[in-house]
Amino acid sequence: MKNLFSLAVMSGILNTMVSLATPFLYAALGETIAQSAGVVNLGVDGIMLLSAFAAFYVALTTGSLWLGLLAAAIVGLLMGLLMSFVSVTLKAEQGVSGIGLYMFGLGMSSLLFKILIGTVKTVQGFPPVAIPFLGDIPILGPILFRNAVPVYGAFLLVPLVWWMLEKTTLGLRIKSVGQNPAAADSLGISVDRIRYFSVCLGSTLAGIAGASLSICLLNLFQDNLTAGQGFIAVALVYFGGWNPIGVMGGAILFSVVNSLQLWMQVLGVKIPSSVAVMLPYLLTIAALTITVNRMRQPAALNKPFERGEN
Amino acid sequence: MKRSLLIALVLVVAIAAAVTAAPFRIAVVMPSATTDMAFSQSMWSALQTVQKEMGGASALDLKFSENMYNVPDAAAAVRDYASQGFDIVIAHGSQYGSSVQEIAKDFPNVTFAWGTDVNTFGLPNVYAYTAAAEQGGYVNGVLAAKLTKSRKIGVTGPVEVGDAKTYIDGFLQGVQSVDKSITISKTWTGSFSDVALMTAAAKTHIASGADVLTGSSQSVVGSIGAAKDKGSVLWFGTQADQASLASALVVASQVYDWTGMLRDIIAKHKAGVLGGTQYTLTLANAGLKIV
Amino acid sequence: MAGVVVALVIGAVMLVILKADPVAAYAALIRGAVGSRFGLTQTLVKATPLLLVGLGICIAFRANVINIGGEGQIIAGALAAAWFPLTFPTWPGWLLIPSTMVMGFLAGSIWGFVPGILKARLRVNEILSTIMMNSIALQLMNLLLQGPLMDPAGVKARTFLAQSAQLPAQVWLPRLVPRTLLHAGAIVALVLAVVVYVFLWRTTIGYNIRAVGLNPHASRYSGINVPTYQALSLTLAGGFAGLAGVMEVIGVQHRLLEGLTSGYGFTGIVAALLGSLHPLGLIPASILFGGLLVGADTMQRAVQVPSSLVTALLGLVVLFVSGSALWSRKWAARQRRVEDT
Repeated sequence: MKNLFSLAVMSGILNTMVSLATPFLYAALGETIAQSAGVVNLGVDGIMLLSAFAAFYVALTTGSLWLGLLAAAIVGLLMGLLMSFVSVTLKAEQGVSGIGLYMFGLGMSSLLFKILIGTVKTVQGFPPVAIPFLGDIPILGPILFRNAVPVYGAFLLVPLVWWMLEKTTLGLRIKSVGQNPAAADSLGISVDRIRYFSVCLGSTLAGIAGASLSICLLNLFQDNLTAGQGFIAVALVYFGGWNPIGVMGGAILFSVVNSLQLWMQVLGVKIPSSVAVMLPYLLTIAALTITVNRMRQPAALNKPFERGEN
Repeated sequence: MKRSLLIALVLVVAIAAAVTAAPFRIAVVMPSATTDMAFSQSMWSALQTVQKEMGGASALDLKFSENMYNVPDAAAAVRDYASQGFDIVIAHGSQYGSSVQEIAKDFPNVTFAWGTDVNTFGLPNVYAYTAAAEQGGYVNGVLAAKLTKSRKIGVTGPVEVGDAKTYIDGFLQGVQSVDKSITISKTWTGSFSDVALMTAAAKTHIASGADVLTGSSQSVVGSIGAAKDKGSVLWFGTQADQASLASALVVASQVYDWTGMLRDIIAKHKAGVLGGTQYTLTLANAGLKIV
Repeated sequence: MAGVVVALVIGAVMLVILKADPVAAYAALIRGAVGSRFGLTQTLVKATPLLLVGLGICIAFRANVINIGGEGQIIAGALAAAWFPLTFPTWPGWLLIPSTMVMGFLAGSIWGFVPGILKARLRVNEILSTIMMNSIALQLMNLLLQGPLMDPAGVKARTFLAQSAQLPAQVWLPRLVPRTLLHAGAIVALVLAVVVYVFLWRTTIGYNIRAVGLNPHASRYSGINVPTYQALSLTLAGGFAGLAGVMEVIGVQHRLLEGLTSGYGFTGIVAALLGSLHPLGLIPASILFGGLLVGADTMQRAVQVPSSLVTALLGLVVLFVSGSALWSRKWAARQRRVEDT
């Protein structure tokens, strides 16, 4: 087991990677949709936190994980509505409103946690569900096909979001609003409505990301449970060039290196722990310098739209 | 007649004064939440225990400020409480040291207690306290070494500083005192609050064969969760009693029990001694308990 | 300002639910920020890093570059501010203080330069690179604090605290008001605000930075190298954030402590936008925001509500202020000018 590159270790790394990548996938794919319509939502981390709490609390008190998941989605949606209202209707500077949303989510989740629960508790989260036959493939089987439902959902979301953005009229509308809202508006597309939809869909997914943490992967809630993962998810959108496949690539890269550095520490590889922890961040930047980023960002990203101004 | 009336009057006033005596007032400033199941919670629950012993909120007025990780903010809080006339102000964070040193000089009638450190700055109204975490670490280590069947133990640490470091160093010594051939692997997540990474670290230890885990900081709730998932991994904790999270698997937790120290400081303050002693929680003085 | 009122009303409702008196709470908020000598100085102490970070954000935003790398840049500056005086402890104060500030500015600039050059040369989006650099800086600080920078006194006493040794006294910034934390860094920040104003509006480089932000296509046609100026603005933004880190280290704490950034990298952005991205507007904006932060803490102490309530409330304030018509319309107008290309 000392050998870092042995089969057992490699499969262990991939296994951990799948768990680590799940919340990133939900949140980053959601943010991809929002940004494709031209809205930057920096509040993703706050949405994840409040939704994670909602999911945990509902699961704890009702005993139903699916109700918890629903609660998280609803909380995500509500926060998305708030963000849309402030950023689209009130045309606020999106970076700032996102930070405000983050602070609100962080504060409310901790506050409600303190009042309603008070101390750290655990729940029985989504259990792993083995896909028959596929789950028995040697090596890859247990890694890919013996996970909990929310984990499958995260990876299945990638082709779904890709298909929605690339192959449906809705996706076309979303992207046109993000590229040239004035032109879209002149074609009769309601810019505001598309943006509301995209932001809310994105934040609902961020809510599910939070639930994946509190009732599937970690099975508990604590103050600041996400520890900034929401911001990394936003960063991954840029890494992926607003393409869901690229975003998945980024989530996998980041998570696999994170998983790798933990294994390196466990196996006693002689590297200072702080350097090991830095590796996923360093490599993400390095990867971007190597791959040419072909996608240009949505031209109207972070710009409020006012009809009749051009 | 007038004399006895006077005496009666004095008696009544005295009794009234005693009955409605002003409560003893303690304020505490903490760097993390009171619910962190670690450092801050240990002090907060100790204070609440003492409050109950003394007779409740009417006997002991407790005020707190939590999540004071910004030192100037904490300094403002300490100064604010001191100027409000609190008897004792507890600065529960090693980063607050220089603030306490400055502020204590301005409020000679207030007792300041700060930890974890050993320095009272030579000031007559400062108490310092710390916990010899390595002691409980050693005991936990010995127990862990005897309980491991796979002869592999995992340590999930946050950042290698402070009592996280001393606890884990003690733990390692404890394990090695029993059996030097046991493999101990350590991970440091670089954060005190990243539960997801801590969980992943714990799972990595478990996947590599460890069947006993330990660690420190509020994020170890993640490690305990991972142990629970596996079902057969044992846990040793520190700073607070973590058994409620996975009672079957938490073998022992080193608990920081500040109540003895608090009672002593309160008594000393009442007797007029406002500072000057340095307290260390040890197994010997029951400041550290293994539960 | 209707937005702020809405936020405060929601806050009052939350306070009532938590059995706290909203009138007493908000009174404490005001009292804490400006009602006492100490409170006022605390407001200014908090305003200083907000102003410095905000100045950097200002410069970057003028070139249409978003700098969310403040946290990492503050750490870089703070690391330099701790390492330099400890390496040259015998230098006299009049030499040590300015050179430490320069080193801190340089360190922060490097932390801004990296994302800047990556954006200019390789089109790496700066939001991505700055977020990554923030975490890298944090781990770098951990690495140094666990090892070479750890306070030898802590090692000897076996407490292993996450802090550096106390810096030599001659590098401590003089306190402006005795028995408070207000230090000379506040004056430096004020002066720099004027300097940045002059820089942006009265120098060629400053003009080019603003041109790049207002009209990148026209700038390109007139020969201004847009990517270079964007990289420059990020570098400068990093330098100012680094300077904020320096002030916290040599002005307030007199050593390097874990957790010194306190979110200024993000709250500085809020302050910058409250100040309409103008260096002189930043002065009242950072004081106002600083006062809000200080007052919020006082409020927490007075009515003993959990600090998370205060955080949530501040978040609501930021949300609604950002949405308030007054300067969001100004912002939309500015963005319109960018679209006119």
